[in-house]
Amino acid sequence: MAFIEINKIRIAGFSAGVPKKYLDFRNFDKFKDEADLQLFKETTGVNENRRDNSLCTSDLAVPAAEKLIADLNWDKKSIEAIIFVTQTPDYVLPATSCILQDRLGLSKECYATDISLGCSGWVYGLSSAASLVAAGHGGSLRRALLIAGDSKMLDPEVSPLFGTACTVTALEYDEAATPLQFHFGTDGSGYDAIISPDGGNRNGVSKESVDTVMVQGQKTTRLNIYMNGMDVFAFGISTAPKSVKKLGEHFGFNYLDHDYFVFHQANLKMNEQIAKKLKLPNDKVPYSIQDFANTTSASIPLTIATQLKDELTQKPARLLCCGFGVGLSWGTVSFQTDGIVISDLVEVDSLTEEEQNQWFKLPIDPA
Amino acid sequence: MELNEFIEKFAEQFDETDPSLITPDTNFWELPEWSSVIALSLVSMCDEEYDVTIKSADVKNVKTVRDLFEVVKAKADK
Repeated sequence: MAFIEINKIRIAGFSAGVPKKYLDFRNFDKFKDEADLQLFKETTGVNENRRDNSLCTSDLAVPAAEKLIADLNWDKKSIEAIIFVTQTPDYVLPATSCILQDRLGLSKECYATDISLGCSGWVYGLSSAASLVAAGHGGSLRRALLIAGDSKMLDPEVSPLFGTACTVTALEYDEAATPLQFHFGTDGSGYDAIISPDGGNRNGVSKESVDTVMVQGQKTTRLNIYMNGMDVFAFGISTAPKSVKKLGEHFGFNYLDHDYFVFHQANLKMNEQIAKKLKLPNDKVPYSIQDFANTTSASIPLTIATQLKDELTQKPARLLCCGFGVGLSWGTVSFQTDGIVISDLVEVDSLTEEEQNQWFKLPIDPA
Repeated sequence: MELNEFIEKFAEQFDETDPSLITPDTNFWELPEWSSVIALSLVSMCDEEYDVTIKSADVKNVKTVRDLFEVVKAKADK
């Protein structure tokens, strides 16, 4: 029974960074025929997609975090924790959260850790960040940044279903805050439903890793994300509604009593089915998939930041958010917002060659 | 669960296929309109109508509508 309730934590604000550059769908062989592109857009709901292979996830995170910190008028010294949720870290090691502590100019009195999760990751990260701040009891570690997103997918053939974005959620200790209520679940038997086969320790990286191979009629590589679409679809439409219902039953509320229901933006068909099963009114279920595609762990906060800015900054609201996907992993959270700050969307320029070259180079011995 | 009702619901997932073409012995893989999108609609239908989660392996291992019915029925009866 993976339910938790965290008290005295207030969500103070949201921001999001996306590449300024749009993905050109015509670069994909499978969309040579316009009708195929239209079918893709109709079934997935993806109309536009931002991708820029010069940008690492931290390159999207830094400007988004700087903007939110400025909009909140927070002193950087007051931020003592970074939880970074990603499956596309800047390096295999060190953890990107450590790099972010430095890039953001935060104090060295800083708790920093990466969490490797995808579509459920923001909900998990929120519980981790909120638990940390709660454990400081207001005496220390009063403020934390939850940074969640993915970028720079290594293979150019990564499905146009996936977009890139990085989001920042600011949390702080507040005696008067209403509780955050969570439900979590995991089913590792579905580990192969969404998987990048090579690049980790099981298969490593070999010359074959970058070979183009055909899988289900599509060009791909072993470094790319493989997805068993049907199993993921079946998982999403059955698990997400159950988790939402369980959360309400456990904490004794009617899940319908929320102002907005923000789901991971998996694909439109799947999300519509979930909303239908839960009998949710359309005007309470915002979408960002049309503009940014499936942005993995960024999709829930990106939807909040881009679709609910006016609604949430003008009056208090009660939100129910559910993330589900790779793992397989899922999490649902209910929380209230009051007087939160939502920064304008940060559009990040491509890095220049010089900017890309500033990072570590292996000091190879002269021959 | 009843076969004729299942066939009716199965046929509803298609837009351009005449329902009369869908019989218990129809090999659904050979229907011109069969696609991964129709497969997803079937997953939705089985979830909604029978509270059964069908997986890709369940579909891959069968050929006819009747075979698929048997798979869904076995899961629904569990």
